[in-house]
Amino acid sequence: MAEIFFPNVNWDRLWDATVETLYMTGMSVVFTFLFGTILGLVLFLTSKDNMWENRIIHGITAAFVNIFRSIPFIILIVLLIPFTRAIVGSMLGPSAALPALIIGAAPFYARMVEIALREIDKGVIEASRSMGASNKEIIFKVLLPESMPALVSGITVTSIALVSYTAMAGFIGAGGLGDMAFREGFQRRNEDVTLMATIVILLIVFAVQFIGDRLTHKLDKR
Amino acid sequence: MIELKGIQKLFQTKDGQVTAVDNVNLTIDKGEIFGVIGYSGAGKSTLIRMLNMLERPTSGDVILDEKDMGSLSQSDLRFARQGIGMIFQHFNLLWSRTVRDNIAFPLEIAGVSKEERNKRVDELIKLVGLEGRGGSYPSQLSGGQKQRVGIARALANNPKVLLCDEATSALDPKTTDSILDLLVDINEKLGLTIVLITHEMHVIRKICHRVAVMENGQVVEEGDVLDVFKHPKEEMTKEFVKQVTEPEETEKSLEHLFGEKGIGQVLQLTFVGNDVTKHLITDLIRTYNVTINILQGKISSTQNGAYGSLFIGIDGEPEELTKVIDHIKKEQVEVEVIHGG
Ligand SMILES: Nc1ncnc2c1ncn2[C@@H]1O[C@H](COP(=O)(O)OP(=O)(O)OP(=O)(O)O)[C@@H](O)[C@H]1O
Ligand SMILES: [Mg+2]
Repeated sequence: MAEIFFPNVNWDRLWDATVETLYMTGMSVVFTFLFGTILGLVLFLTSKDNMWENRIIHGITAAFVNIFRSIPFIILIVLLIPFTRAIVGSMLGPSAALPALIIGAAPFYARMVEIALREIDKGVIEASRSMGASNKEIIFKVLLPESMPALVSGITVTSIALVSYTAMAGFIGAGGLGDMAFREGFQRRNEDVTLMATIVILLIVFAVQFIGDRLTHKLDKR
Repeated sequence: MIELKGIQKLFQTKDGQVTAVDNVNLTIDKGEIFGVIGYSGAGKSTLIRMLNMLERPTSGDVILDEKDMGSLSQSDLRFARQGIGMIFQHFNLLWSRTVRDNIAFPLEIAGVSKEERNKRVDELIKLVGLEGRGGSYPSQLSGGQKQRVGIARALANNPKVLLCDEATSALDPKTTDSILDLLVDINEKLGLTIVLITHEMHVIRKICHRVAVMENGQVVEEGDVLDVFKHPKEEMTKEFVKQVTEPEETEKSLEHLFGEKGIGQVLQLTFVGNDVTKHLITDLIRTYNVTINILQGKISSTQNGAYGSLFIGIDGEPEELTKVIDHIKKEQVEVEVIHGG
């Protein structure tokens, strides 16, 4: 059946490409969540009237975030080739895509984190202060838990963007479904391969969206 | 217990300097319920927030439980705050935590072990009457229940002082009363010193022992609640006292009554801190040859006695009327002839 509609699809290759895409997406989501949350916290905490108010650090962080958020991803990959070589050691395989994916997505996510933290009622932070909470306790027991649903729905959106970034990462030889659709599908005129790769990418996106929505809903007690 | 010495707070804003609190001196005794009343913008919130240094005074000292709050180090201040509970108008609960976990939060901060936390939370849930709701989230509670959680949370570390910033202003009258009853209960049971701010005289009347009236950042009048009710000095205080003693639209409705036949004289009786209300009218009717109509009245009980006004219409021979007025005066009730004298 599948052979009739998709005669040119090499199923083993498809499976490998899917694993590569999942690997790139998974790893980059984890690190984006980590770095984005830290950057977002820095943006929030150093902003005006906040616990670590500091115009210089805030300004530098904001500039970094804005610059890397504005560079088109395809250009960012190329710009980061020397950096990637230095830390990954090669430009081949899915790991080579990770630095660009993370540096491209973390600033994007950091802004979402900052917005989520801003949404927290100031009164709740003040109440915690009145109980004698330290800054660390306020960050880990108030700010992060209270904004968790927004952080999760933000990382869901970011993950979906990351899936499409991984497709572009194919250009630097990172592999994955995008690479497959382009090289084995488009360049060799095997439309069925392109279509099949697209279907798998869509399935991944739907799955991410579904899981993210469920999790957000479960966490949201408002 | 609490002493404020020459407290001042200035805010720098784009429109210039704002004096939120201006040279306030107050002493609040251990175990008392002290009310601060004033209109919006009087500086009440700023004042109460300086008691636990959520706001630092521009000048002046706050001595709380023998500690000079302004000079404490960060960590000493955090420790001192564990001994000062605070509740808020909008409750300020963590919505991501259940009732139990909200109440346990200050205990976590104080480093209480999990086992003891559970025990303490059970006690507190019982104290504020929230049995069976421990697993609910704040969004599943009514305003009154949320404030009960707020109170339980504020009491978790056995504080000596409880600060209430408009704790009942977001609640309906019935719920307000139940929360106020709870506060009195806690004050008596635990000997807790309570400082509460409000713009409703009703709240002061119902539970406070002493009151300070604030206007434009200054305390313009201060004293025992009953004294302030009896002899309000400032115009503003008089307005607040009227909120609870005079029935609404008194004059209008009385004027309407003056026109009716059968009403000779109208007297306004003002009761302060006594409960003669019970027998005074009966005595008058039995002793003198007069007829009495109760026209209108509003008697409120305060923490140290009843207070209120009663308007009566009275008919009889002029000599009898004079005797009646003398009798009333002898009972330590203030009387004023407001019609037909
Ligand atoms: N952070 C701030 N920056 C500038 N001005 C402030 C600040 N906080 C309070 N003020 C000003 O100080 C004055 C007193 O405010 P405060 O909130 O203490 O009044 P309040 O008596 O609690 O009023 P309400 O009953 O409305 O709560 C107001 O004029 C207010 O504008
Ligand atoms: Mg206020």
